[in-house]
Order: sequence, then C-alpha cells, then structure tokens
Amino acid sequence: MFLKKYLGADGYKILKLGITRDHPIFAVGLGICSALAVSNTVANAIAMGAGVTFVLVATAVIISSLRSMIPQRARIITYMITIASFVIIVQMFLDAFSPTISEALGPYVALIITNCIIMGRAEAFYVTNGVRLSVIDAVSNGIAYTYTLVAIAVVREILGFGTLLGFQVTPDGWPKWVVMSMAPGAFFLLGVAIWISKTITEGGSEEEEE
Amino acid sequence: MTHAITIFIAAILTHNIALTYLLGMCPFVSLSRSTKTAFGMSVAVIFVVTLTAAINWPIYHLILVPTGSKLIYYIVFIIVIAATVQLVEMIMERFFPHLQSAFGIFLPLITVNCTVLAVSVLMVLRTYSYGMTLVFAFGSAVGWMLAIMIVAAINEKLKLVGNVPKGLQGAGIIMIIAGIIALAFLGFGGMVDVK
Repeated sequence: MFLKKYLGADGYKILKLGITRDHPIFAVGLGICSALAVSNTVANAIAMGAGVTFVLVATAVIISSLRSMIPQRARIITYMITIASFVIIVQMFLDAFSPTISEALGPYVALIITNCIIMGRAEAFYVTNGVRLSVIDAVSNGIAYTYTLVAIAVVREILGFGTLLGFQVTPDGWPKWVVMSMAPGAFFLLGVAIWISKTITEGGSEEEEE
Repeated sequence: MTHAITIFIAAILTHNIALTYLLGMCPFVSLSRSTKTAFGMSVAVIFVVTLTAAINWPIYHLILVPTGSKLIYYIVFIIVIAATVQLVEMIMERFFPHLQSAFGIFLPLITVNCTVLAVSVLMVLRTYSYGMTLVFAFGSAVGWMLAIMIVAAINEKLKLVGNVPKGLQGAGIIMIIAGIIALAFLGFGGMVDVK
C-alpha cells in the first residue's frame, strides 16, 4: 500500500516518514490495543516499546533476507511463525530479567503477535525490500510506537499515580486521579492525542482516514 | 455452577474484554461506524472465540503440558486460530453460502483481532477448567459485542447531529465515546468478583 512512495527512496526518507507522516498509531491506526493497555506506567511503556521494536527488527531481518524463498501462498503463516518465535524470546527475556514488568504486562506480551504494526509492515515492506531498508523501516516504526506509548504513559502515570518511573514527582497533597490509570483514561488520552496529531497534520492530507 | 455464572457475568460487565482490558481495538475503531457491520463482526467474533478456546484448551493440557513444550504455546495457539478461521470460511462457503455473504468478509480480519488470542492466553494464565474456559470465552465475546454495539450506535446517532470537531472525527471520537462508556462500566465494579 505504501510501497510506491518508498520505491527509490533512500533510508533517511523511510526513517522520517515512519516517525512522522506514516506514524503507525496516529496515521494508520495500527497497534492501538497495546498502546492503550500498557501505557499506564512509563516503565511498562518502555518495556513494551523495546519488545515491539526488537520483534520488528528481527522480523525485518528474517523476512527480508528470506523473501525470495517464501512461497506467495504461505507468506502470512510465515510472518506469524517468525513473529511468534521472537515474541517467545521477548517473553523469556522479561521473565528472566524483570519478573515484575513481566507480571504487569501479563497477556499483552503475547499480544505483540497480533499487533498489526508488525504484520502490516512485513506484508507492505519487508517482503519486497532488501535487508538494509527493511531494518531502517523497522527501527523507524519501532521508535514511533515507543515514543507515542511513553508520551501517553508519562501523562497517565503522573495524573494517575503521582509518580514518574516509580519516583514521586507531585506534592504530598496531590489528589490521585485514579481513573487516568484505568481504561477510561487511556481512551480519553489516546482520543485527544489523535485529535492533536490530526489537527497538526491536517494541512498535509485532507482525505478521511479509514 | 454459581462459579460459572460469576465468570460469565464478570466477562460481560465488570471485566469486559474491550472496555477493561482494552483488547480488540483495531476492528473496534474501524468497524464501529455503523451498527450493521459492528453486528456482523461481533457474531463472527463470538463464534470464532468460543470455537478456538474449545480447541486450544485440549491442545494445551493434553499435548503441550505432558510433552513439556509449554514454552511454544503462543506459536501453537496462533496457528490453531489461523487454521480454524480458514476452515470455518471454507465450510461456510461450501454449505452456508448465504451466511458467507452476510458476514464472511469479517472472518479473515479475525485472525488479527487480539480478542481471540487473548482469550486463549488468559485461559492458560488463569488456569481455568474446560467448562470454565467455554463460559469465559463465550462471555468475553458477548461482552465485546455489547461494547462495540453501544459505541457504534452512539457514533451513528452522533453523525446525524454532525458537529464533531474536524480533527476529532473518525478514530478520535470513537476513543472518546469508548472512554465514556468505559467510565460507565466502572459502575458495575464490585458486583461480581473473579479471583
């Protein structure tokens, strides 16, 4: 879908587009589940962002280097098995090195598999491009995903718990806005974030996002 | 028996999979523009979620656990889900063509609906028995349907009034509506308790 824009473009352009105009969450509307669910604290957001970025880059390397060998009809299942294998590695890494975060993320680590960003990028980009460009694209999408998650998490953690990365940053009398750390707060903040992002980029593209 | 009813009510109201666990959001945003498409997708989700949970439970407990290969259950589950969706599509095409034309287009989309995988993973994490799993899967899917139908209906009415700010149209306003509904669902909290 985005293939034509990228053909002949250099790595820098791909990196820039992924972070700005083709932002996976705001512009294309992918990966919303996890963006909402794990952005309640900054630590969770960073762990999730790093996990998704790792899986994206690893998938990009595997799919783009094997692209001539993957049969056309079996490509979706190939993406799935590749992604699921790396998600298991992420899960084992979290279990071993950070059990608290692993417990906080719970089933959402497994749900990286169904995170449409990875599947979408594999289908749209990695299967038709070389390793170098694919890795650049993966890093770009990973960064875009991570900074959005962290930005939402900073607001939610300060308002909901009065802390930042576990350290208290608000005065003692701060009324904790508990709803912000729960589901409704996530919906409101992402809604407002999409609103802001759309208003800023409105001049560029007028068509309705579907 | 009472425990099963508790799980069912909890999955629909207090622990709604869309509004509390924030799952299945991708189709939620793209399909909640009209109640008709929302309904078609919901029926397909109820069917596939219950069916895959019913298949995944025996695979996990009778094959993966005894052979000590619990580690790879993500891969096994996602393949089972993809294969089941494909199979259902083929059976429907062959035997129920009118059903296929009604909600067949939603079936391929279900593989990437996180609700399906999440229900299977949650059933492992919470160590449900087979009966509990079926009740939980069905309840979760019905809860998802309830959430998407409410949001789609409000969204439809809102279009008639039509003074939503330009930047907020589409995904933005759906998030805000879902937020308000999620806030309302918090009122059910404490009614039933799981775990």
